Amino acid sequence: MKKTVLNAAHQRHGARLVEFGGFEMPVWYSALTEEHHTVRKQAGVFDLCHMGRFEVVGDDPVRSLDQVLTRDVSTMKKGQVCYSLVCREDGGILDDILVYRLPDRWWLVVNAGNREKLLPWFADQLQGAHIVDHSESLAMVALQGPLAAELLAPHIERPKGRDLRNLGYYRVGAANVNLTGTSLPGWISRTGYTGEDGFEIYVDSEHAEAVFDALIGLSDQVHPCGLGCRDTLRLEAGMPLYGHELSEEIDPISAGLDFGVGLHKETPFIGQSALQEIESRGPERRMRGFTVDGRRPARQGASILHEGEVVGEVTSGSPSPTLGVAIACGYVSAEIPDDAPLQVDLGRQTPDLRPHPLPFYRKDAEKV
Amino acid sequence: MSEVPVDRFYLSSHEWAQESDDGIVTIGITEFAASELGELVYIELPNEGDDVHFEKQFGEIESVKAVSALNSPISGQVVEANATLLESQEPITDSPFEDGWMLKIQPSDDSWKSQLMNSQDYESQLNNS
Repeated sequence: MKKTVLNAAHQRHGARLVEFGGFEMPVWYSALTEEHHTVRKQAGVFDLCHMGRFEVVGDDPVRSLDQVLTRDVSTMKKGQVCYSLVCREDGGILDDILVYRLPDRWWLVVNAGNREKLLPWFADQLQGAHIVDHSESLAMVALQGPLAAELLAPHIERPKGRDLRNLGYYRVGAANVNLTGTSLPGWISRTGYTGEDGFEIYVDSEHAEAVFDALIGLSDQVHPCGLGCRDTLRLEAGMPLYGHELSEEIDPISAGLDFGVGLHKETPFIGQSALQEIESRGPERRMRGFTVDGRRPARQGASILHEGEVVGEVTSGSPSPTLGVAIACGYVSAEIPDDAPLQVDLGRQTPDLRPHPLPFYRKDAEKV
Repeated sequence: MSEVPVDRFYLSSHEWAQESDDGIVTIGITEFAASELGELVYIELPNEGDDVHFEKQFGEIESVKAVSALNSPISGQVVEANATLLESQEPITDSPFEDGWMLKIQPSDDSWKSQLMNSQDYESQLNNS
């Protein structure tokens, strides 16, 4: 099993380590629910070094990328970050990624479990450009939560004296990271996978541990947080997870990710005609959210029933620490109306599923 | 290091079995297993009168993160299931060897102990894992 450069730090902070995406990663340090609330109410620090950090190098990276990504990257401005899918010819999802347009280069951040699959795929499919894999040399850590901006801003030096608090959502920029007693050149983006405000920080791997510890030391309100709460946080925030909501057998239209697909963009992309066809005839199944009656959470793979017939499948489910009930999402046949009574097959029990709009949690709604 | 009481027997999948004077055997999961699971949210146990089988699943336990199988360290018939656990699984976390017991079993034969590890062997399994 692979380890990130922060493995020793995780052990030092008392993490329980599990396999995720081929890496030994912290699932929690103290307790999952506690870490979940830390991110919702304060700020939590995450190791994201397992994710793939690819640079796209070529004469015309915009055109090269537009041929292989669903999103229209030609409209991206410098300093912008975009969500995109990478699809097969038949529209099946190879990965969901973030595209970063830096002032002078293009980056992709891809899922840990898809790194090895994507490298040869990009090598085959990218025309006029190639991928340089910086995953090992460049570390990625996140500070997520409502306190993140205030706590981090004094330690981040941006060009022209810009304040970190003015960095827009899904924007990225160069920054000197002054957390460790020295000024480390790196990048910072206002992105995350938790449904909270927060930042992802990129510095050379040799400084990762010092930066990770310094983030935790920013305040006694900040704690290291594991992938366990990252999963419950993203599920509440309605964000898909590859291997659950997304796979090569699912297309982005059925997954409800139309916003990540430039269906009619000028540059043809891999999967475009298949996705146009799915869009025009309408997807056969839809991603839906539910709360689950009773104590038992529904988990990935559980059948969704209507009048005793299987009409769908749960893709993710968990107790929701914020809502205090079990939540689940899954694919349901598009023929089933929203108000049709549904149950979930949990073996001995078949509790009712109550439709719940996605996402389950919105940070802005909380503040009202 | 997890506590491993000497007065009972163990299955490699971290369940314990303890015999009482009347020959009834109480089973549960070890402190190590409970700490690995983390925060528990649900448990499914068999009913009184159901049969359980050595090394076969007798129930499920669910943490915030995942579902895990519960395997029986013994073959026999359930004489009592710990009903309080169905309401709250806290006793499993707080007191896995006492209040967190799961089933009382009437063993189907007397040879069950020979198939299990004693506390020393189980402790070395923990130390070597």
